[in-house]
Order: sequence, then structure tokens, then C-alpha cells
Amino acid sequence: MKRYVYINDNESSHELYCDNRISNRKYTVLNFLPKNLWEQFSRFMNQYFLLIACLQLWSLITPVNPASTWGPLIFIFAVSASKEAWDDYNRYLSDKKANEKLVWVVRQGIRKHIQAQDIHVGNIVWLRENDEVPCDLVLIGTSDPQGLCYVETAALDGETDLKTRVIPSACMGIDFELLHKIKGVIECPNPDKDITRFDANLRLFPPFIDNDVCPLTIKNTILQSCYLRNTEWACGVAVYTGNETKLGMSRGIPEPKLTAMDAMIDKLTGAIFVFQIVVVMVLGIAGNVWKDTEARKQWYVQYPIEGPWYELLVIPLRFELLCSIMIPISIKVSLDLVKSLYAKFIDWDTEMIDYETGIPSHATNTAISEDLGQVEYIMTDKTGTLTENRMIFRRCCISGVFYGNESGDALKDTKLLNAVAGSSPDVVQFLTVMAICNTVVPIKSKTGAISYKAQSQDEDALVNAAAQLHMVYANKTANILEIRFNGSVIKYEVLEILEFTSDRKRMSVVVKDCQNGKIVLLSKGADEAILPYAYVGQQTRTFIEAVEQYAQLGLRTLCLACRELREDEYQEWSLLFKEASSTLVDREWRIAEVCQRLEHDFEVLGVTAIEDRLQDGVPETIETLRKAGINFWMLTGDKQNTAIQIALSCNFISPEPKGQLLLIDGKTEDEVCRSLERVLLTMRITSSEPKDVAFVVDGWALEIALKHYRKAFTELAILSRTAICCRVTPSQKAQLVELLKSCDYRTLAIGDGGNDVRMIQQADIGVGISGREGLQAARAADYSIGKFRFLKRLILVHGRYSYNRTAFLSQYSFYKSLVICFIQIFFSFISGVSGTSLFNSVSLMAYNVFYTSVPVLVSVLDKDLSEGTVMQHPQILFYCQAGRLLNPSTFAGWFGRSLFHAIVVFVITIHAYAYEKSEMEELSMVALSGCIWLQAFVVALETNSFTILQHLAIWGNLVAFYVINWIFSAIPASGMYTIMFRLCRQLSYWITMSVSFTLSVF
Amino acid sequence: MDTNGATTSSTAGGGSTSKSSSKKHSRKPVYSRFTQQELPACKPILTPGLVIATFTIIGIIFIPLGLVSLSASEKVVVEIVDRYDESCVPSNYSNDKLKFIQNPSINKSCVRTLTVPKLMKSPVFIYYQLDNYYQNHRRYVKSRSDKQLRSVSDEKSTTDCSPEDKTVDGPIVPCGLVAWSLFNDTYWFSVNSKTIEVNKHDIAWKSDKEHKFGSNVYPKNFQSGGLIGGAKLNSSVPLSKQEDLMVWMRTAALPTFRKLYGKIEQDLQANEKIQVVIQNNYNTYSFSGKKKLVLSTTSWIGGKNDFLGIAYIIVGGLCLFLAVCFILLYVIKPRPLGDPSYLSWNRSPAGHPN
Repeated sequence: MKRYVYINDNESSHELYCDNRISNRKYTVLNFLPKNLWEQFSRFMNQYFLLIACLQLWSLITPVNPASTWGPLIFIFAVSASKEAWDDYNRYLSDKKANEKLVWVVRQGIRKHIQAQDIHVGNIVWLRENDEVPCDLVLIGTSDPQGLCYVETAALDGETDLKTRVIPSACMGIDFELLHKIKGVIECPNPDKDITRFDANLRLFPPFIDNDVCPLTIKNTILQSCYLRNTEWACGVAVYTGNETKLGMSRGIPEPKLTAMDAMIDKLTGAIFVFQIVVVMVLGIAGNVWKDTEARKQWYVQYPIEGPWYELLVIPLRFELLCSIMIPISIKVSLDLVKSLYAKFIDWDTEMIDYETGIPSHATNTAISEDLGQVEYIMTDKTGTLTENRMIFRRCCISGVFYGNESGDALKDTKLLNAVAGSSPDVVQFLTVMAICNTVVPIKSKTGAISYKAQSQDEDALVNAAAQLHMVYANKTANILEIRFNGSVIKYEVLEILEFTSDRKRMSVVVKDCQNGKIVLLSKGADEAILPYAYVGQQTRTFIEAVEQYAQLGLRTLCLACRELREDEYQEWSLLFKEASSTLVDREWRIAEVCQRLEHDFEVLGVTAIEDRLQDGVPETIETLRKAGINFWMLTGDKQNTAIQIALSCNFISPEPKGQLLLIDGKTEDEVCRSLERVLLTMRITSSEPKDVAFVVDGWALEIALKHYRKAFTELAILSRTAICCRVTPSQKAQLVELLKSCDYRTLAIGDGGNDVRMIQQADIGVGISGREGLQAARAADYSIGKFRFLKRLILVHGRYSYNRTAFLSQYSFYKSLVICFIQIFFSFISGVSGTSLFNSVSLMAYNVFYTSVPVLVSVLDKDLSEGTVMQHPQILFYCQAGRLLNPSTFAGWFGRSLFHAIVVFVITIHAYAYEKSEMEELSMVALSGCIWLQAFVVALETNSFTILQHLAIWGNLVAFYVINWIFSAIPASGMYTIMFRLCRQLSYWITMSVSFTLSVF
Repeated sequence: MDTNGATTSSTAGGGSTSKSSSKKHSRKPVYSRFTQQELPACKPILTPGLVIATFTIIGIIFIPLGLVSLSASEKVVVEIVDRYDESCVPSNYSNDKLKFIQNPSINKSCVRTLTVPKLMKSPVFIYYQLDNYYQNHRRYVKSRSDKQLRSVSDEKSTTDCSPEDKTVDGPIVPCGLVAWSLFNDTYWFSVNSKTIEVNKHDIAWKSDKEHKFGSNVYPKNFQSGGLIGGAKLNSSVPLSKQEDLMVWMRTAALPTFRKLYGKIEQDLQANEKIQVVIQNNYNTYSFSGKKKLVLSTTSWIGGKNDFLGIAYIIVGGLCLFLAVCFILLYVIKPRPLGDPSYLSWNRSPAGHPN
């Protein structure tokens, strides 16, 4: 379970751990063909086509030239194989580039320039500024005297801000030269993909002996693919290499998502397959019976009296081959092609460009556009998704005094400004917490201006606000913070940082005032994480009121608190904390427990209120999409009141009396159960009324409900069109998505931050907002958009069009295959059920892959209704949601249509070309022309808007049909020689065409 | 008092912002009407008026067309059809026709008298018609070698021809079941004991004579095996001159078919009695097929075929009928086009499907 990394030991690790060769490749040159073929043949459709193609090699049973199946099959396989090969080759190139990059590594005590792929676990790697980190390293030295270095982790988690990393305390102060000779052991867990945790220990060997093991955290590491910034050099010990790095482990091919439509098409394909088997069996039996009763009498056929043992199988197999075209070989290729075009249309859409950042929308997953048109539930995050995630400090309440209530902006409140100017102790203390209780890094530019690097938008807002109130967080050198207040400089030494976790919901710092040596704990956090821990006797009533009042306004609140620590109390606690920080098992939980020992008896200083404005167009978008029959659930980590306020302001829920909010709460199972049942009862009653009923549930109650009352909660979820889930964790978000998916709803999850990633991956469609919380969500998502309001266009325009187009295209593909197949079946009844193909091989192949697929491909440009109409009447989406355009009954319609058209073409052809005209080649060409005319007619009828491309494809295809056949008719060696010329000269040919064309209208 | 400094943005540094924004700029999609799906399009709407007009026009055009072609086939084309397979079997063999046809020593000639119903203008085409004969049977239709027919060098390509592919003396030319089963009844026409010339030239397709059947390919080992199928071929005449073979080898797609036998290049007067001496050699008795002799003139739509005319009249009639129905529907229950109150969500008062 653990790995021991011996620093600078060149030999021992070689067999144990892999070298640093990165490989993202799926194939090698040798295994490409077998592996790729194996992968392609694991799909049912391909197996089927291969079987057909193999059967066709048996000339006794093949009705047509084997090339008519092998050609398209090889083409299709070649296309997807070369796409794979190209992707893999590119991966190989980028791997090669990374593997052969030269890095400085210590070998036998000397720094050498070697290729990145030769790094082994335990090697010491030297990096210079702006170098990319070649493998996961534990820092042991940097150019910074305090042992700090800055890394950009954008490639890892998408966050663009710089992160500070620090060398472990044991390595502090080791001389530059000595670093080459350092020896020791790092005890770390086996490779995993958690980029936020690294629970390890370091012990150095003599002469670097340090008394005890030194705990290592993720703060002491720099991970593969990060960049070293603002640091002259850094060096570290390789702990994970090659594909075993944190990045390498988290790599992996995500499960391909299957759209509802794909599933339906597969189902219909299965149905057609069954139908085909039935047809083959019936015709096979009929053929054998006919052969025994009739064909033996026909001397000119010369049936042998005694056939081979497999004789009974021959006719059924012939029919199997004849009917194999029922399942169109082209459908997979056509669908892949149009789907990638749908995705391109999304990428290209200028109306979905975020003009503030210039980021266009992007479809990462090109295969699921149709699902967008069938969304039934949207699960949305709040912060950064509905809101802008641009935090602005608006109000505060310090020691019971409310600031900013009149003007709406505390920074302009003269009362507060006066208090600041007068250095009122409460206010100063409050501002101090605002300024330094955080993980912000101030960066001084050359002009002297200070900018802040913050990981959280709230901290950024607070520090900036404090700076405007003259409490400027000016500098941070190692552990010494420098703040300037009203001209004086105050220095603090940071002793510990108790980091924020979503479980604790607060963070604290322990600082030592350098002026008087007092040790103070400064905390900030959610109200329920701070206020209950106030010291006995403090009146927190005003703070509770303040929190409520701010939440009513939709503001985010944070409570600030502090506590003075005694020296011995701190020392005692510090040991516990250190111990907890170096545990390998359950470290997070242990730390939380230790923190709890310090974070109590707070003196609550006040409450801050931060505004997070709604994004443009959010209310309209939600209203439109709700009209389109889409249900919205808001899943947020924020508190209930804030969530409800935001929900109200963005049309999520209607205010009383039109809307009604039902609360599910409770701390115990019984309470939750009771309130759940009550809500369910109300919901059942009101579900018939035109009233907006929404339920609100918090994380705690949700946990209980999901665990013990899953059934009742599921029923509630189905009944309720709107829900607000607040205080939920990322995994609960994913659970809720899972719950709705298990009820067979199409879900779309939209979010912007790392906490939404799991929900986004879980949902049928994940949409990420490339927002201020980094690109993590956008990377994990199927679609990334710049603003929430683009969702409307994504669903109503792109989703709907994609759905309509695919519905037509897939059903049409079956239609055209069925038409020609039915004609073949009818023909078999007048050819002695012997399995003769009416059409020749060339025509059959061209019909499937050329004549009929080109016109239908342009249906991707078809628009049944204009974008404006759809936006105005979003209810139109009901059609797509309910799957009205592709379901067994519409498919039956197409099936009937193909049967009718086949009958029309066949009956007219054999009657118009009877007796002396019934020449095989001619008759087959008449029937084929009939099919081509009909399919042109069907495409034209089903097309709603004709652009120049559609005209070109439909009518051009018709012309192409004649041109191609004229060419074939001009080749003496072909069976069709002169046929088409003869036909085109016959008046009766054109009359036949016009009759079949007209009859198909009915 | 460094308030200015503190208010600077806390996002990424200045340099990287401009770099990344310029990079993002290039990612911006290029505007074109295609990429925005805004190509100019016409959207034909099937309004009631348009539909009614279309149907009416089709009806008005189709019914006269149908009448014209029907009359062409009924009035212009004169056709005599005479089934002779039954009557050409002597009565003593009528219970065992197979024995009759398979016995080479019996004289197979047979005399039929045909009456010309109406004046038949030259050229009069002579066809033989076979019923219940499956030239389109899979075993049969594939049993030929076009290569071999075309050139003498491909004489040996007889793979598809089995079982009539070769004899002990070498490959059969022309090989295969199709050629082997060549029709071998012959007809001899006379009016008032005066022979009518039957022109047997140019009965095959020109393209067949010129390209499909080689002028230097001569029949070889044909009908010399154990089983004798149909006609024999004169092995001194090249295939390109064997027009009966060419006609026969244009296999029919239907089990009932006519093939051209020859042309009579003189007018046949009404009520003339034509004597036909038939050599009834071809075996259709084993599978109860029928043989018919057909004399026919042609018109602009070809031979006698009422089907297209009737089809036209039916389709035209249907169109007119539908047009009338639509007009009635339109008059009785008019419905304004594009009225949103007909939309499904506006019709149901509940509004939402929940």
C-alpha cells in the first residue's frame, strides 16, 4: 500500500517503479490492426456486416458481387481506423516530445542533462523558471530563502492563479551544493489520482539528520504538467513517474455517453433485424418448397437430383444476403458525420460567444447533440453559473452596528469611514481579520501597485475591501505578514493556517502579533460554523439577525471571529496539529478534529455581506426553458435563504401566492421523514393545480432522505418541477443527478466550479461554464459555454435542430434500404423464390452509399422552424422531449411508407415492362430509377427549407444518377451496356417514372 | 495610503492577459452564412390552395394522357395471340405430352390458322410467348459467360456456366444453361398458300451484335453432351450473326415473356387467313408452361399494353377526387393558416403535460 522512495538512490527503484516514459497511446505499430479491428468488431452492427460480407464470398449463395458489401465495409472501417490512427499518431508525437525533453537530473552527485523519460523514482530533478514539471516531485529546495516557489497548475485543474508551494521543514536551509548529495526516504502512498492530497512523510539520512519524520502535504509537491513561475529554480525528488503520476492516473477514457436517440435507433435496428430473420425464414422455406415441387420439373434449370448436405441452407442464406441491405450500412457513417457537424455548428455559433472574454462555445463531446433537444431536467449550480461570481463587498455588521444599509455600499458609508478614521478598536480588529485571515498572496508590481492572488473570490473581495478601508495587506515574506493601516505598518507572524474545507465550512489562521507577541486565532466562516462557537455570554442575536437580513437580500455572508490564545495553549495544540498533519490515514478527518479543539469560544466580530450579481439574461433563460417543459433544480452549497432569494430573483420560483415553497428539514430521521411526508402530501394535492410548487431541502436532510427514504424522495422528485437543494456537497449533487437518471429522465447538469465536476460527469449532458472559478468544470463537460444564457440557444436551437435532423436522417436511412429490399423480396416471388437479385451489384452499392446518402446528408441544414419562432414558442420543445419524431410508431410510419413505395414501383414496373419489354437489365434499371425518383421526392417533401445546397444535393443527385448510368451504359464490357440510353429514348420509360412518382404522393 | 495599488485587479498579470486574449481572439469562429446556419432558404408551405391546385392540375393532365395512351394501345395496335402448345400435341399423346415432345422420331409439325382481325400495317412483329418459364431463376440467369461470347481468347472462362461448361472435347461455346436451352420452335407463314417472307435480320439489339457477341467466335461443342437442351447452332456462323441466340440470351425478368422471332414486312389485310406451320420442338410440357405465337404491330408506346393508360386514368381520377374533397373540406370547415390557437399547448387548458 505504500511506496518508499529512497532519495538519490539510483539502483533500487528501477525494477520496482516504472521510468518516466509517458504513454497516452492506445496502439503500437504492431497491435494497431488487430486491436483496432477487434474494437470495431465489438459493435454488433459491424459484426453483422462482417458476417454478411463473409457469406458473400461463397459464390453459390451470393446474389451480387461480394464487392458490393466489402467495398463499403472496408471504406467505413478504413475511415474510422485512419481517424484512430491519426489521433494516436498525434498522441505519440506529443508523448515523444514530452519524453525527449531534456531536464537536469542529479546522477552520481553530478547534475546532468538527460531526457525526461529517463527519470526514475528517487532522482533529484532541477527546474528553472517557466520549466514544465516532468513528473511528480517533492520539493526539497528552491531559490527562495524561505523555501517558497510558485506554480501554475492550469493544466492540472484549470485554475489560472499561481499557487505557492513550500519545501518541507526538514529541508529548510540546506545548502545549494549539498542538495546534490542529499539522502533520505519518503514514505508515500501508492499512486492515486487525487490532486488535492498527498499524505506522506520524509526522513532524511545523516548528515542531514532531523530528529523526526517530517510530514508532507500536497503543498510540498509540484505535480507533472505544472509550470514553475516567479521562482528562479527549484529542485525536487521524483516520487511518481510516467503514467503513475497524479495526472497520469486521472487520465483515462471517459465512458462514452449514449443518447436516448442512439438507444432508440439501436432498438429499431434490432427490430428490423428480427423482421429480416423472419422474412429470410419464410422465404427460405418457401424457396425450398418451390424448388422441390416446381424447379425439379424445369429441365432448363438442371437441378441435380441429389444435392450436397447443405442444400437446404443455400436458399435461406441467399435470402439473408439479399435482405442484408435492410440494415443500412451507411447509417453509422452518416450519423457520425452529421453529429460532428452539429458540434461544429455549436462551435461556430457567433451568438454564443462570450464577448467579455472572447470565448466561443465549444462542444467537446460531438456525439450527444440530439440529447440536448430532449432534456427534461436541468440541475444547475448557483454561484458562478446563475451569478457572475464577481464578488463585491457590500455591507457589514460590526459589533451590532449595520453599515451600508442606506447606500447599499458599505465602502461609501460615512459612518464606517469615520469609524475607520477614528481607529475604533472593533472596526480595526474586524478589518484585520478581513485583511489577513486568508490565503491570499499580495504581489507588488514594479510600479508599487499591489495586486492579489486569491484562490477564492470571497477572499479576494474581502482583501480588496479592507484595502479600500485603508487596511492594506501589503506584503508577505515567508511567515511575516505586513499590513498598513492609516500609515502605520503592523507585522504579524503566521504560525498556522487551518485551511478551509467544505465540511468545516470555516478557515482560521493563528498569528503572532510581532509588536506585542500576542497569539491570536482569526477565523472566518459560515454563520453556522462560527456563531454556535461564540464564547458563553456573547450576544449573537444581532449577528443572527444580520445574517438573515443579508441572506434575504441574496447576499453571501461570512462571520468573522477571533480569539486570543495563551502561549502554552498554542504550544500544546501545535504539537497535536503537527501530529495530525503527519498521519497517513484519515489525515483530513484528524486535522478537522484537532482544529475543532482550537476553534471555539470565539469572540464574534461581525458579519460581512458580499454581493454576487446575477448574470445577464438568467431570469429570461430560466423562464423560457421552463416554458419549454424543462424542470429546474438548483443545487448549491450556499445557504438556504440566499439560495431562495436568488431563486426568486431569477424566476426560478414564483413568489406567493402563485408559487409555494415546501420545506424539508429536520435533524433526525423522524423529523425528516415527517416533513418529507408532509411535503409529499401537499405536492400530490397541488399537482393538479396550475401552481408553482417547489421544495427546498438542505444537505443534512437530503443525506437522510437519500439514505432512508429514497422511495418517497424519488416520488417527490418526479412530482416536483422545481427544487432547491442547498448546502449540498459535490457527491450529493452527483447523487441527485443519479436519482433523476434512474427515473429515466434526461438530465443536464450545468456548473462552473470543481465542485460541479462530479455532477457534470454523472449527468446525461454536462455543461460547463468557463467562468472565474477556472476551467475545471468546462474541461469535464460535454459542452462549455461562456454564459448561462447561452443555454437557451444551446437547447432550443441546437438541441432541437439536431434532434429533428437525426430523427429524419436515421429513419430515412432505414426507409430507403427497406424500399429496395422490399422490391427484391417481391421480385423473388416472380423468380421462383430462388434468390435472384433484380439489381446488379454496382447499382446496389451505389444506391446505398451514393445515390441515397448524399441528398439526405444535406438535411443537416434543414430548419423546420426559424430560430426566432422556437425562441418565442419554447413549448415546441415538447415534441422533442416526448420523442415524437423518432419512436416505434413514427418508425412504423416510415416502414409502411417504404412498403407502399416498393409496391408502387414494383407493380408499375412489371406491368409497364411486361411481355416483350421484360428484359432483365432494362427492368432492373426502370425499378432503380423509380426508387431514385421516389427518394428524391421523399427528401424534397420532408425538407422544410431549401437552401442552395439542398437544391444542389437533391436535384444534382438525380442528374448524377443519370450521368453515372449513362457512363456505365457507354462501357461495352459492363452488363448495362446501352441500357440507359435505350431507356431514356423510350417514351414509356418517362411515363412510367411520372406515374410512380405521382402515385407515391398518396 | 496605497489605495490605488490595492484596487488593481486580482486576476492574472497584465502580460498574460493580453497574450491569452489575443490567443482567444483567433479561436473566435469566422462568420459565414453557412456556419451560422443562415443560408438563404425558401420555405414552401403546403397551403390548402397549393395542394388543391397541384392535384387538379395533375388530374387534368393525367386523364387525357391516360386516354390517349389507352387508345393507342387499344385502337392502333393490332395483336393476334395463338396458344399452340396444347393443340399441337396429337390426340393420342394428350395424356403423355412429355413422351411426345421427348421422342425425336415423331414429326412435330403442326398447322394453325390465324385470322387477321384488322388491317395490320407493316412491319408486323412475330413473337413467341412463354408462360411459367423462369428465365430469371438464379441458377439459370447466372449460367452464362459474357466474356466468352465476346472474344475468342476468353473461350475458357466458363466458371459460371456449370453444369453446361465443358465437354471432354473442351469448353462449350456458348456455354451455360441459357444458351443450352435455346428456343427451337420454328414458324412458317403463308396466306392462300403463298409464303410470307419472315425477316429474321435485325431482331437482336444492335449493341449485342456489335459488342456483346464476337464476330470471330464460333459455336463449339454445343449441344454435344449427353443432355440435349434446345436448339442447335450452325457452327460455321459466328455468334454475332446468331440473332435468335442473342434474343434468347437477353434473359427476361418475368416468368411470362415474349421474344422477337422475326418481322413480316408486308401489310396483312383484315380477315385474311394466315396458315402457320409450326415445328413444335420446345419442351414446356414438363413444367406445364404455355407457348403462344403472337403477331403484333406497334404504336408510339410500343406493343399492346393497357396498363399505363389505365394507371394514368386512375391516378388522374384519384387526384381530381382528392382535389374535390379538399375543396369541400376547405369550404365546409375552413381553418386559418398559422393560427396559434391550434397549437397543442394552447388547446389544452392545463398547459403543461404534467
